[in-house]
Amino acid sequence: MTGDSTSDTPSSLALTPLNALHRELGGKLVPFAGYEMPVQYPAGILKEHLHTRAQAGLFDVSHMGQLRLTGDNPAAALEALVPGDIRGLGLKRTRYSLLLNEAGGVLDDLMITNAGDHLFLVVNAACKQADIAHLRARLAGAVEVEYLKDRALLALQGPTAAAVLERFVPGAATMPFMSYAEGSIAGIPVLLTRSGYTGEDGHEISIPNDRAEEVARLLLAQEGVAPVGLGARDSLRLEAGLSLYGHELDETTTPVEAALVWAIGKRRRSEGGFPGFGVIGRQLTEGTKRRRVGIRPDGRAPARDGTPILDEAGRPIGTITSGGFGPSVNAPIAMGYVATSRAATGTRVTLVVRGKPLPATVVDLPFVKQNYYRG
Amino acid sequence: MSMIKFTKDHEWIRVEGHIGVVGITDYAQHALGDIVFVELPEVGKEVTRGSDAAVVESVKAASEVYAPVDGEVTEINVALADEPALVNASPLDRGWFFKMRIANLIELDALMDEAEYQSYLEGLA
Repeated sequence: MTGDSTSDTPSSLALTPLNALHRELGGKLVPFAGYEMPVQYPAGILKEHLHTRAQAGLFDVSHMGQLRLTGDNPAAALEALVPGDIRGLGLKRTRYSLLLNEAGGVLDDLMITNAGDHLFLVVNAACKQADIAHLRARLAGAVEVEYLKDRALLALQGPTAAAVLERFVPGAATMPFMSYAEGSIAGIPVLLTRSGYTGEDGHEISIPNDRAEEVARLLLAQEGVAPVGLGARDSLRLEAGLSLYGHELDETTTPVEAALVWAIGKRRRSEGGFPGFGVIGRQLTEGTKRRRVGIRPDGRAPARDGTPILDEAGRPIGTITSGGFGPSVNAPIAMGYVATSRAATGTRVTLVVRGKPLPATVVDLPFVKQNYYRG
Repeated sequence: MSMIKFTKDHEWIRVEGHIGVVGITDYAQHALGDIVFVELPEVGKEVTRGSDAAVVESVKAASEVYAPVDGEVTEINVALADEPALVNASPLDRGWFFKMRIANLIELDALMDEAEYQSYLEGLA
């Protein structure tokens, strides 16, 4: 049968500061966005996924890009590139946003934090070089964009995660969802946001590279904390109905098609001033031809990225953009784009998997209830 | 008396007379990770050596399972429909995929025996 085998790192792959730790923990290392990353540890994707929803999973996401924007008014300047209300983003608050192109398509999705005297951004690993170039080109003169390549990023996620972090950072457990704080873990200065990509409560923790392994080991030594790889990170975010750049989001998808209208600020909908405002404005009033939806295959067979979606008459109406198995729902799950006329919850569709028609249903997202901290 | 043979693609076939039971090896199940779905061939399907016979889906991806020799599928392991994880737990026993009537027993000579397969695995490491 077909299969991969892990081999020595090709010299072209970048390593995160936790690479040695991943090897020590028995991580299965694979190339991802130019980095060598753990797709799973010996426990396996299923157990790591379930563990995160039951206790606390620790993820190395140091491959992502951390940026610091400074200048006279970086928030106002950044509004020229994103549809969100960044000027109104409160002190020590974090917001999900999208870098857009002139057609209203998405260049990347990112988190923007108002850290007081600067904006702190976290962007996708695969896009970070392009994002940095884009930001520097478009904000030249107004904003300085610093790439924080000397910082690692961990995510601690799950129902017991905040209580674990509280032991090191008093107040971490009562930080509001989507807020930011500067603190220290055992004397090591860290930046925290109460956010994540799993649908669970938890924090992301930015640490200087040379202290990252220390922090990771401290957290892993806590009861109920287990290392979790990118495989489970993907199944967790899929269950949570969260988009992945390169799949649900790319330069051909607008926020309206992607069902991310909430990421467009209310003031911005009338004022504009972001790329693709014309297209997006029209879509907000007239609707779109297609929409991102959840899809639930009837049986047990997963339907993966690229699977054609047909309507009841066998006509093509869309494509799956992410699909796999949801361990917490114990069933195959998927997301994709379908023609708006077929996007209503409950619509029956057909998926073509290995040449065979498999029945499925359009369903609401998320597949698993979100457990964000509500104070 | 049964004999067991192995392919380079990590399938095994346990032979009794003209019937072979086919599955994937422990090495394969470990490489795949948690198996969530197995698509088995239809009973009666003619297979040829190296042709697609089954598909095994892990959380992350699908993998093909190939027929080790020419023949015809005679029985499939229906237990895998409800418990695909049997392949991980018991790859050489309860996690069997299908049985087949072997067209030409001589084709088994081209496959590896247990010792040869172990050597082959050592070469992969």
